[in-house]
Amino acid sequence: MGFYFAQLLTGLANASSLFLIASGLSIIFGVTRVVNFAHGSLYMLGAYMAYTLVTTLPGVFGFWTGVLLAAAGTAVVGAAIEILILRRIYNSPELFQLVATFGVVLIVQDAALHIWGSEDLLGPRAPMLDRAVRIFGEPIPEYDLALIVIGPLVLGLIWLLFHRTRWGVLVRAATQDREMVGALGVNQRLLFTSTFMVGSFLAGLGGALQVPRESVNLLMDLNIIGEAFVVVVIGGMGSVTGAFVAAVIISVANAFGVLVFPQISMVLPFLVMAIVLVVRPYGLFGTPASAHGATVPEAPLRAMPPAGIALCAAAVVAAALLPLVDDGFLLVLAIDLLVAMLFAASLHFLMGVGGMVSFGHAAYFGLGAYAAALAVRVLDLPMLAAMAFGPLAAALGAMVFGWFCVRLSGVYLAMLTLAAAQILWGVTFQWQSVTGGDDGILGVWPARWASDRAVYFYLALVVCGAGLLLIRRIAHSPFGYVLRGGRDSALRAEAIGIDLTAHQWLGFILAGTLAGVAGAVFVFSKGSVFPDTLAIGQSIDGLIMVLLGGVQSLLGPVFGAAAFVLIEDWVTRLDYWRAIFGAIILLIVLVAPDGIAGALGRLAGLLRLRRPA
Amino acid sequence: MLTRRATVRAGIAALALALAPTAFAPHAAAQDGAPIKIGEINSYTRMAAFTEPYKKGWELALEEINAAGGINGRPLEVLSRDDTGDPATAIRIADELVNRDKVVMIFGTFLSNIGLAVSDFANQSQTLFLASEPLTDALIWSKGNRYTYRLRPGTTMQAAMLAEQAAKTDAVKWVTIAPNYAYGTDAVEAFKRELTKLKPEVEFVEEQWPTLFKIDAGSAVRALEQAKPDGIYNVTFGGDLAKFVREGSLRGLFDDRVVVSLLSGEPEYLEPLGGEAPEGWIVTGYPGFDVDTPEHKAFADAYEAKWGEEPKTGSIVGYNSMMTIKALLETARSMQTDALLETMEGLRVDSPTGPFLYRPVDNQATMGAYVGKTGLVDGKPRMVDWHYAAGEAYLPSEADALKLRPDSQ
Repeated sequence: MGFYFAQLLTGLANASSLFLIASGLSIIFGVTRVVNFAHGSLYMLGAYMAYTLVTTLPGVFGFWTGVLLAAAGTAVVGAAIEILILRRIYNSPELFQLVATFGVVLIVQDAALHIWGSEDLLGPRAPMLDRAVRIFGEPIPEYDLALIVIGPLVLGLIWLLFHRTRWGVLVRAATQDREMVGALGVNQRLLFTSTFMVGSFLAGLGGALQVPRESVNLLMDLNIIGEAFVVVVIGGMGSVTGAFVAAVIISVANAFGVLVFPQISMVLPFLVMAIVLVVRPYGLFGTPASAHGATVPEAPLRAMPPAGIALCAAAVVAAALLPLVDDGFLLVLAIDLLVAMLFAASLHFLMGVGGMVSFGHAAYFGLGAYAAALAVRVLDLPMLAAMAFGPLAAALGAMVFGWFCVRLSGVYLAMLTLAAAQILWGVTFQWQSVTGGDDGILGVWPARWASDRAVYFYLALVVCGAGLLLIRRIAHSPFGYVLRGGRDSALRAEAIGIDLTAHQWLGFILAGTLAGVAGAVFVFSKGSVFPDTLAIGQSIDGLIMVLLGGVQSLLGPVFGAAAFVLIEDWVTRLDYWRAIFGAIILLIVLVAPDGIAGALGRLAGLLRLRRPA
Repeated sequence: MLTRRATVRAGIAALALALAPTAFAPHAAAQDGAPIKIGEINSYTRMAAFTEPYKKGWELALEEINAAGGINGRPLEVLSRDDTGDPATAIRIADELVNRDKVVMIFGTFLSNIGLAVSDFANQSQTLFLASEPLTDALIWSKGNRYTYRLRPGTTMQAAMLAEQAAKTDAVKWVTIAPNYAYGTDAVEAFKRELTKLKPEVEFVEEQWPTLFKIDAGSAVRALEQAKPDGIYNVTFGGDLAKFVREGSLRGLFDDRVVVSLLSGEPEYLEPLGGEAPEGWIVTGYPGFDVDTPEHKAFADAYEAKWGEEPKTGSIVGYNSMMTIKALLETARSMQTDALLETMEGLRVDSPTGPFLYRPVDNQATMGAYVGKTGLVDGKPRMVDWHYAAGEAYLPSEADALKLRPDSQ
């Protein structure tokens, strides 16, 4: 009895920490629609600042002052991010802010490394709360009890703020319908900045309150962000109460989960999220409106003009000549480029053409890679036959997960795809006898006839090139038109008798299959495959490629993938490359809010204008 | 038509000319006085706390080697790259180092999966790879290959050092806690196997597998406590260790129990714990300045003079990697991989932690580790009652090791 009660209290204490960061994330999303990937960085900054402050300021008063000052400091950083970056891109395509906040993540990582050093920092325990008390004979840390009180207390304060102040009323109104609030003459800029500050404050507070529980380190940001998103989604985007309930569910489930099945902590939150989303598509306290704002119908895709086709053909020919100038590495990079292009294009087909944003597209890339690798290692198949297994497995995976995913929309759909990817990742990670777990599958090199780098490059060029052409072809086919129609207005598409869900499901499977092709090409170019290919990082890379390149053009992902791979390859040679990479991403985001393809399009437009009529 | 073909030909000829210098590059490099290029890969941004001292270690050694005239009169040059913590990136970098930069060999890597990825690449591209830090047993045994050598004592070796100490205690009922990935599972399996061998009556009653760097320490501690063990075997490290120690001592988990903890004596993991570092844990690690052999004193003093801090485990690993390379390149009859492999077999290296050699049978160095207890000296965590455990005592016999290796070589 006492044991289970104690375990419950431990879960509740964890829930409070999780709630603080998730509530801030939820509030920011509710008002500004920004999927703030940098929220984990704000949490980490809060923890670092609190460490510095509480080790400087003495005593109980010093500790709590330090915590609050750290949260306030984080709020100031949040304001700077909002004013300097996000404010300029609110009108960019959906999710463009995600890329910008990812740039911020990279910069903050290097800034924290520079300021606080690489070593883990263990702060002091909270004064007066540094012992354990016995409840039903079980030792419970006093600080855990304090956290259990702080969570609901903050929830209450947020409730008061939202229901008893004019600012709160405006924020709630903006969560419901921000255009209307703008039309009523409310200063949106101030509202957005202040909301972002409140959210950042909560993230900073969450980080600061962790100082007495764990060491402050450079991995805190990415370690927390996934779980924070899960909590926000389970609760319903924009709902603070929902975030609280979800944080309690996740943390308590985890506390008891480790007793029954200790390995489960790896995927448990995502499993819970998947179940909740399947049963309640908009989270526990969310509404369909909270998925995200209506998309603006895009201009129809136009067939490529002859000049464009000539340019593309020239690019392919130039690529085909690459082996002549290979310096031992150029082809390696070129194969990576081709793989990235097909991966990004398949994701773009899903989100740009199909209107279904995926945060877990790496799942199908990874499935393709693993299936091809296993076909070699287990079935002993030759390379080409093994490669065919990649897209097959990816198609199967996309069929299963897609069936659930296409029933949702917007951010909820994105999060369910993420859950699917995380569950698959967990499986590859745990199923050591088959997948090799973290040790991966090694020795999957090209067949003898393709072992020459140039031969494999041509193979990749043909396979990936064919994939890109196929995507283009389908986007311009009636099927592509149906998908785009459904994306721009699901209601009208269904009104004229189109079974949109079935079409979207097919589109989902197709995108997954092509990602699987990319994965199969990838695995033979690297000779090995590890769970990292299905991890969140790979999915995020794909998103960045697509968004950098521009969502509204079929060529966008090709440019985006090229830019991403080339910049990353070059920049990782430098010290503080993360900060530089982040700055480059931000620069592209700010200068070309419609992506590289959009910028090129505008450039072409300008040139045409100058031409004498 | 003709003109176009001529243009293409001219183009190809121009390209061939442009390529010519690269084609002759190896010859140029072989000239006397040209630097010997070595490739180095590690997770500098992902694992900064561990790879920073490691880099300082090999940089110190490199400086000393070049100040003393290099390798047989040729300076040594290291091309160092960050793998960003991603195996695929690590392979790409290795490819560039080998095929474009024409390095004679590669060393480095920290994470086990990256170590394995680079090792597989080395096997494919027939390049020598000296794995400095990754601990996984697979690297030298189940997935070993003739191109890969490993410096540090691996998971099983270190677990065996601890099992030897654990067997001397009265503890019979054991629980384990380890991060949920290959290193953690290997470390637990090896400890169970070795301890059961030495003391058949032991039983393992509970295990916890927190996600790496995401430990829910309170819940895990409670689950361990519930099993009422005599002994605890811990494999968590970094931020997880700090959380585990704090939550565990708050709840009295470690009171009157034997705690055996892998790597926890390493300054990288022990120092951040500060005054809260547990006392009396049996650990493997590195006692820093306390090692007072003349060789080690010279190293530690030079390290402190250059970097202004005490050497850490990473420092010694980086330094010994470079000492291995020095010994190898000075003895090898040429810089060709075949000659290097021939020299690596049984290569003897003198190092600050004493001499060690590379076993030909499984390419594992016999470099050991320090085994001792944690304690507080002047309020600072240190290793106490330590001794140096030479690696060869904890390796399987050559015949057994051979059975562990894949026969396809």
